[in-house]
Amino acid sequence: MILLAAFSWHEFFFMLFAILACGFAVGVLLSTNIVRMAFYLVISLGSTAGLFFLAGAEFVGAMQLMIYVGGTLVLLIFGVMLTAQQRFISLKSYGRDWVLGLAVGGSLLLLLLNAAFSVPDWSTQRPAAPLDVDQSKAATPLGLALAGVRADKLEAQREDPKKDMQLKQGMSGYLLPFVIVSVHLLVVLIGAAYMARTKRVAPKPEQEPEGNTE
Amino acid sequence: MAENINIFIGLSGDNWLGSVVTALIHCVLLIHVIAVGALVFIWMERKIAGRIQDRLGPTRVGGRFGWLQTLADGLKLITKEDLIPAEADRMLFKLAPYIAFMASFCAYLALPFSDGWVGQHVNTAVFFVLAVLGLEVFGVILAGYASGSKWSLFGAIREAAQVVSYEVPLGLCVVVPVFICGTMNLVTIANKQAGLFTNWMVFHDPFTFVIFWVYFTCATASVNRAPFDLAEAESELVAGFHTEYSGLRWSFFFMAEYGSMFLVSGLATILFFGGWHGPIPIFGADILGWAYAPGATEWAFTGYLANLAGCINFILKAVVGVTVMIWVRWTFPRLRIDQVITTCLKYCVPIAAVCFLGALVWEAFDIPSPNDLDLMSSQPKSTVRENWVMPTRKLSSEAEANSEKPAPATTKKQQETTSNKSIASSSRDSRKPRQPGGDL
Repeated sequence: MILLAAFSWHEFFFMLFAILACGFAVGVLLSTNIVRMAFYLVISLGSTAGLFFLAGAEFVGAMQLMIYVGGTLVLLIFGVMLTAQQRFISLKSYGRDWVLGLAVGGSLLLLLLNAAFSVPDWSTQRPAAPLDVDQSKAATPLGLALAGVRADKLEAQREDPKKDMQLKQGMSGYLLPFVIVSVHLLVVLIGAAYMARTKRVAPKPEQEPEGNTE
Repeated sequence: MAENINIFIGLSGDNWLGSVVTALIHCVLLIHVIAVGALVFIWMERKIAGRIQDRLGPTRVGGRFGWLQTLADGLKLITKEDLIPAEADRMLFKLAPYIAFMASFCAYLALPFSDGWVGQHVNTAVFFVLAVLGLEVFGVILAGYASGSKWSLFGAIREAAQVVSYEVPLGLCVVVPVFICGTMNLVTIANKQAGLFTNWMVFHDPFTFVIFWVYFTCATASVNRAPFDLAEAESELVAGFHTEYSGLRWSFFFMAEYGSMFLVSGLATILFFGGWHGPIPIFGADILGWAYAPGATEWAFTGYLANLAGCINFILKAVVGVTVMIWVRWTFPRLRIDQVITTCLKYCVPIAAVCFLGALVWEAFDIPSPNDLDLMSSQPKSTVRENWVMPTRKLSSEAEANSEKPAPATTKKQQETTSNKSIASSSRDSRKPRQPGGDL
């Protein structure tokens, strides 16, 4: 009972979500059925959203659910359905794919690990402060930052007006990256729609073309 | 609440058992909302459909009005054989109904039923509910794909096209109350509309009135109800995505469907119709004065009663929304897929966009609206609006407010120790202390 009394829900759910995310990510690699892969990917991404909720970053968690789990995977399945020549299309990976994938994924992992260990705040032990979802900050500063106003920097500047923070008006937010990313996504969407559309043979002159461009 | 339960059982305050029991209570209550809701709504659907078609509907089971008909249906479904087609992808076929149900259920976690009566306080609840609700389509698509039947696959493809299209206008509609209130917290949005019905968001300006109807149309489409029920069009696709399902697995899809119907109606109630704040605020400060004052943390019996009445009020309003959906289903013919997409892209999206801009202009230029009368509202708007940090205004007072704000960890601790008086108050305990709002 004493052991159980010291039970930390935070750690328990962290481990649970982490194991789910990693396990189903491996499942995506090992499966050959493309729809099952998509399904495993949904669980993996959903567990990542759970990790975000656990960290109190509910906005990012909801964003993860909305964009990755919801949007991307519906589109993915949609694309699979439109492009699959037969049902349960299987996707076999060859040796060279594994080598390429390991090289790219491994270098990305190295880069991320290097970045993660270079943040001093993340490697020092901190007193455990349980975070709840309802305690997390409202999304207002995030929204303002996306619109170009960094509320946190303004506060910091207000507390210490002498420090200038190299804060240029209008250049401190994330407006430009936000716009670039959204334009990029739009291009990707249009490209996906172009790839997935039904290829029609050019109609003979006397025939009326069928109007199914859905 | 976890601490109260531990103290009640006689354990130390931070024992794990209390957390488990708390979570179970929340989950069981919410599952009952969906399950009992489905029982009632299916009976309502049969009665209303009967009356609309000049029939009686169920009349016998349970004595009068056939009110136990759904339970009898449920018993029949349990006894049915659980069939899995030979062509099916067994794992996905079995899992699909649970995924649809889980998505519907998870969205309830963030849906408040009364002032502070919510499974989990989420600051960005609107966003969370929309995000999770969008996952329900995944269960439908998996069901259609895994069934190994052409009818199911057609239903799933239609569903994918429809839901992906309708998320765009739905999001636009939901954003309007969010920016008028300045928050994504559903509790705060509903509390901002406290008082007489003129304070409801739907009467804020003509654009919000129009956008409510756009929202309702898109919500009907996104929960896959007629006239947008192309995924299960009986006249064309046998039964669409659930053609191959039988028994209890089939009924899970229906629980999910009725659950989401109630959910989107509840969301409409909170966003546009004042949530638990009635047309006439009987419990408000001007008449009885029972309701909790804004920011109150002490438990009071009258306040509890006011919250209970608010909960009933909220459920009634949401049931009205569901009834309208049923009415629509048995009145309108089903649209074709091209008509569905046309309705979305050529009508809903432009109307929503124009109303979005119109409401923005209305709010930006402070054009008078019924909301400004602020009749019988116990909470002035300035106390509800989130503390927006803008650099030009009120620098000094905000700096004071920031310096007075204690560290987050201690705030939580204090709230728990001071306000954990009972179950009812504990559901309110995590309410954040209202920040000084300024005069925005």
